Amino acid sequence: MIPIIILTAILTLISFVVDKKKTLKGIKKGVMMFIKILPTLLSVIILVSIILYFVSDEILIEYLGKDAGLTAYGSAAIIGSISIIPGFIAYPLASILLKTGVSFSVLSVFITTLKMVGILTIPIEAKFFGLKTAIIRNALSFVGAILVGGSMALIYYYL
Amino acid sequence: MKKIFKKNKFDFPIIIAFTVFIAASYYYNYNPGISIFQKNFWSFLKEMILALPIMFILVGLFDVWVPKEKVQKHIGDASGKKGIMLIMLLAFLQAGPLYAAFPVAYILWKKGTSAKNIFIYLSSASIAKIPMLAFEIGFLGIKFSLLRILISIPIFIIVGTIMGKYFTKNKCEIKNG
Repeated sequence: MIPIIILTAILTLISFVVDKKKTLKGIKKGVMMFIKILPTLLSVIILVSIILYFVSDEILIEYLGKDAGLTAYGSAAIIGSISIIPGFIAYPLASILLKTGVSFSVLSVFITTLKMVGILTIPIEAKFFGLKTAIIRNALSFVGAILVGGSMALIYYYL
Repeated sequence: MKKIFKKNKFDFPIIIAFTVFIAASYYYNYNPGISIFQKNFWSFLKEMILALPIMFILVGLFDVWVPKEKVQKHIGDASGKKGIMLIMLLAFLQAGPLYAAFPVAYILWKKGTSAKNIFIYLSSASIAKIPMLAFEIGFLGIKFSLLRILISIPIFIIVGTIMGKYFTKNKCEIKNG
């Protein structure tokens, strides 16, 4: 994150030196876009915060662990599609799950759906792409993520 | 201002109710409320407040500086395999959550990027961001990350191509939020 902040600062500075008017126009455009999307963004993260409160680490271990068997894959796909957990929380969590006996193959389904499919962020996506396109993209990505997770599972099973 | 209220008729009630709920939780020391705010909401807000304004400023600057012809030529409809490589590289450098990629997708679209490349961009930005990759390798090992990315790339080029075809056929558009 920090390199990108620095890069943006440098680019803005150069842009400002070259053409003040153009730079201000660009920044204004960016800020207006941000303000426009902010209410939707806030309400989505509010809902996600509340949902995450009810999905504790213990619940994840119970549904994804070795006792869950084949249904662990299904749970991993569903939980991964619904949650939006930032990477810096998701990876430490994944390594905890690994230590408690969740297999690499279940984890790969969880991580891929987590990254590609965002059911809760569909309202944000729909603002840009339209609702129908957003739903189709998430559905296709879900299928794609299952394929990735499934292939990973096969490779881990045979290696 | 009025327009923003009208366009977000579901969002403002949620925001207001949540604010009241959190204020009440702190006043009455209601632990679940405090935990939702401190542990979950705050960490999301931090991520958002850091990543998003920066993405939007970059998008704004990109809009005023980069000419449409250049974008069209390199990642437009006739850009082929080279265009795919270029758009994937751009996606890997992306920071922040998936929803930070939407405004970028909008500006790329406005400047003449092909629909197929837009969707490859969205998938690639979610499978492998370089800043996040180091983190993933640290926790889950390089074998896991490499396998995941190598398998993901072809699958999501296919998804992107299908989405691009659908998008062009139905004459869809990307709006600015």
